[in-house]
Amino acid sequence: MYPAPFRYHRPDSLDAAIKLLERLGDMAKPIAGGQTLVPMLKLRMGDVNDLIDIGRLPGLAEIQINDNEARIGALATHATIAASPLAERIPSVRDCAGGIADLQVRSRGTIGGSISTGDPSTDWAPFLHTLRAVVEIQGPAGQREVAIDDFVSDAYTTVLKTGELVTAIRFPLPPPRSGGAYIGYKRAAPAYPTCAVGIQLTLDEAGVCSAARCVLSAVASTPVTSDAADAALVGTGVTEEDLKAAGELIIAAADPPEDVRGSADYKRSVLRGLFLQAGTKARQRATGETIEGSHSYV
Amino acid sequence: MSEFVEAVDIEVTVNGKTYQRSVEPRLLLVEFLREELGLTGTHIGCDTSYCGACTIHMNGAPVKSCTLFAVQADGQTLTTVEGLATDAGLHPLQKAFSEHHGLQCGYCTPGMLMSAKALLERNPNPSDKEIKKQIAGNVCRCTGYQNIIKSVHAAAAEMRES
Ligand SMILES: Cc1cc2nc3c(=O)[nH]c(=O)nc-3n(C[C@H](O)[C@H](O)[C@H](O)COP(=O)(O)OP(=O)(O)OC[C@H]3O[C@@H](n4cnc5c(N)ncnc54)[C@H](O)[C@@H]3O)c2cc1C
Ligand code: FES
Ligand code: FES
Repeated sequence: MYPAPFRYHRPDSLDAAIKLLERLGDMAKPIAGGQTLVPMLKLRMGDVNDLIDIGRLPGLAEIQINDNEARIGALATHATIAASPLAERIPSVRDCAGGIADLQVRSRGTIGGSISTGDPSTDWAPFLHTLRAVVEIQGPAGQREVAIDDFVSDAYTTVLKTGELVTAIRFPLPPPRSGGAYIGYKRAAPAYPTCAVGIQLTLDEAGVCSAARCVLSAVASTPVTSDAADAALVGTGVTEEDLKAAGELIIAAADPPEDVRGSADYKRSVLRGLFLQAGTKARQRATGETIEGSHSYV
Repeated sequence: MSEFVEAVDIEVTVNGKTYQRSVEPRLLLVEFLREELGLTGTHIGCDTSYCGACTIHMNGAPVKSCTLFAVQADGQTLTTVEGLATDAGLHPLQKAFSEHHGLQCGYCTPGMLMSAKALLERNPNPSDKEIKKQIAGNVCRCTGYQNIIKSVHAAAAEMRES
């Protein structure tokens, strides 16, 4: 399978890449890991005259932990993030990074590319909702920041304007007694998840939930959140009953597409199971337990 | 867009040998290896990023060569299945796959070997689960995977001893 012909450019600085993208306009596209773009171009989906390879731009792949914040460069690959000290410290980061596709795709695919696709089935954008992340963007008009909740505006659509690139993702480090989990259900490693659930919790000294943030992935055109579900968990001990009640509130807000991965009803029942698993693992991690957990497919 | 696009000069090191070629930007890396360099050990299975038959190493990391353009490999170091055997003979993984029936038709084998090699470089004594996770991106239609897992264990044991 061959894509239609295109011109290839590999600028050596972020500024040069932005200038080139601005000059060439909407028929030019950046390519990072290419793990979404190459398959799409091979299927001849989307018209592209020029590819701007940003994959080797210096300084954009770093993963930093500062005093109270984590910062992941847009070019950090899923594999590097999964093996990073940040994933060691926040295991839900490893759930997400290490559960994406297979090793080969994780070696190439980047976090910046993942959120920029706006694909409703990808994992990073929904997962980052649980950590209230912010996206750093650079473009012809300078720098700006957008909350992850506002970044993906519709299926395959983000707020990025012509010439703008994602440069990093930032989020506050969770306070003590916090824990999170992100679990997707996949039919096979190289398949996108049928659906996925992310939950981030903070407990008080008595083990009562003081803050919660839940998200569902792949079951609507954008990640699904529910203030009602978050509020329902606060003040509880996050028992099975509490999780079932909160789960119903957020699952009611989902609109799962009926497709090869299953019917809407099937996906709703998978969500119920995943919500319970993710919530239980998040609570266990908040109490300091070490829990392995990620997409289930073997 | 005109059908004519200027070729790009690239330099790639494959299995220790450096090649310079002029390529069309849309040339896939797997086609470059097979058609331009004649290294047909790397297979095209699905051509849709799914099966892993085209797995090679780029700078030590396993990647799907059907999901990369050759221009993206400019200046990089690649290893393909042809780079496994040495003058001393087959790589322990190749020997183990042959001795433990880790292949039948052999279509998936180059990719399986390259994924397994990446694992053993990092982890000389992997568990069943670690092997399964490692080859989760490699599809085999023949063996049922059990003998592949056995072969990887056998190769790991031989490599630990030597
Ligand atoms: C077989 C297979 C299975 C997969 N399974 C999963 C899965 O289970 N879960 C999951 O989440 N993903 C999955 N993916 C997708 C994978 O995670 C991709 O790596 C990711 O979606 C895109 O990252 P990339 O760096 O490869 O982006 P590219 O393919 O290079 O680019 C994707 C899009 O983003 C744009 N872009 C890239 N970087 C930037 C940037 N910094 N700023 C602005 N725009 C940018 C590009 O122009 C393009 O439109 C799978 C992919 C494959 C091939
Ligand atoms: S041929 Fe590359 S993944 Fe199947
Ligand atoms: S040996 Fe035939 S596909 Fe694996």
